[in-house]
Amino acid sequence: MTDTHTDTTVELPHHPSPRAAGCPFDPPPALHALQIDKPLTRVRIWDGSSPWLVTRYDHVRTLLGDPRVSAEATRPGFPHRSAGQQASNRARRTFLNMDDPEHARIRRMVTAPFAVKRVEALRPSIQKIIDDLIDQMLAGPKPVDLVQAFALPVPSLVICELLGVPYEDHDLFQRNTKVIVKRDSTPEEVLAATTVLADYLEDLLAAKQVRPEEDLLSELVTKRVATGEMTLRDAAHMSVLLLGAGHETTANMIALGTLALLENPDQLALLRTADDPKVVAGAVEELLRYLNVTHSGRRRVAREDIEIGGEVIRAGEGIIFANEIANRDPEAFAGNPDELDLTRDARRHVAFGYGVHQCLGQPLARVELQAVYSTLYRRIPTLALATGIDQLEFKHDGFVYGVYELPVTW
Amino acid sequence: MRVTVDQPKCVASGQCVMLAPEVFDQDDDGIVDLLTAAPAPEHHDGVRESAAVCPAAAIHLADR
Repeated sequence: MTDTHTDTTVELPHHPSPRAAGCPFDPPPALHALQIDKPLTRVRIWDGSSPWLVTRYDHVRTLLGDPRVSAEATRPGFPHRSAGQQASNRARRTFLNMDDPEHARIRRMVTAPFAVKRVEALRPSIQKIIDDLIDQMLAGPKPVDLVQAFALPVPSLVICELLGVPYEDHDLFQRNTKVIVKRDSTPEEVLAATTVLADYLEDLLAAKQVRPEEDLLSELVTKRVATGEMTLRDAAHMSVLLLGAGHETTANMIALGTLALLENPDQLALLRTADDPKVVAGAVEELLRYLNVTHSGRRRVAREDIEIGGEVIRAGEGIIFANEIANRDPEAFAGNPDELDLTRDARRHVAFGYGVHQCLGQPLARVELQAVYSTLYRRIPTLALATGIDQLEFKHDGFVYGVYELPVTW
Repeated sequence: MRVTVDQPKCVASGQCVMLAPEVFDQDDDGIVDLLTAAPAPEHHDGVRESAAVCPAAAIHLADR
């Protein structure tokens, strides 16, 4: 068995590699080259280890669907995203880093509110949140930062309602989530931010034990903690995950998606005039594929030797799935996959991952994005960037890609 | 077309319910419920797409 830490003499490409200057929507060119020349290859990551990097769409789906591929972050060889995330993965276990059957048991405790019909029932209140925020924006001064005025509040308000978290506390959870999803955050910073959030949510959960309401946190304490299936602290950690995943990813899709559409006015026009919900739904899938904001990829470790594509991934070797480039694989997507084409059939993208860990909140994210993209550019048809695209700061250092600020005017 | 679903494998991604609501539903926990094992021809495309995108490969199709 190859030890991932001993082959330091081999010159391996460093991962992650930078995006090309002036191409903020495209994956790093090095990933493109690897997909063509060496779709399964070893790379060097931050801690000196050398996990596999998977860049082809069919390999990504095959391996992420393979039960021999483990999400257990405590296994040796697991390729953590950063020192901070390594510390966090060691300090708390959530279902993101468990394998079946344990993973399935825990995940099923929180799947109910994300069922399609329950999410559809939220559509009117999501629409109202969007309309109200646009009203406020139009009544206020311009230019305005779309991230703070709209992109971040929409999913934050929605997930707060679903979980039963008071939105007044948004500064606390947004600020600490920012620390958790930043690559350069130190282990101390990540652990401190996680503890603040877990303590905050544990207090909320404890209050709901006394006075349960109609929300997911109440459901967790009355159905899972009360029955001894889960400790209050585990429920708190799970809530940290849902709250963070529920606002950070969608917020980036809203802001970065708006920028991509402003840069592709013909596509924006198509969306602005679309009357068919199916056209809007298709556009959301294409934006998810094209932008793939979860650009730090999926992380796994092999528990057995796995033969694939003429290579053997040995038990104990780490695997990084570069979904952002898999979503640009010309073998999987017709036409030019590097173009944003809202009419493309993009439904089979892997932006939400693949396999049993595929995003739990995807029905909610889809409804939020459909409502946002079908409303914002109609209500503000003259929406425009208030600065040059080259002036924007992109989240190269984030686990979720996007823009830090998006100054817009109309 | 004959459809079967593997409920223990289902991870409640809900995509089949969006693609073929006449054929698939979800129970209270979001787990797939098969409404009909023999869908009408006009729903076959949606069922095929559902099987293709199902992240847990929990939908199986057979020609009858």
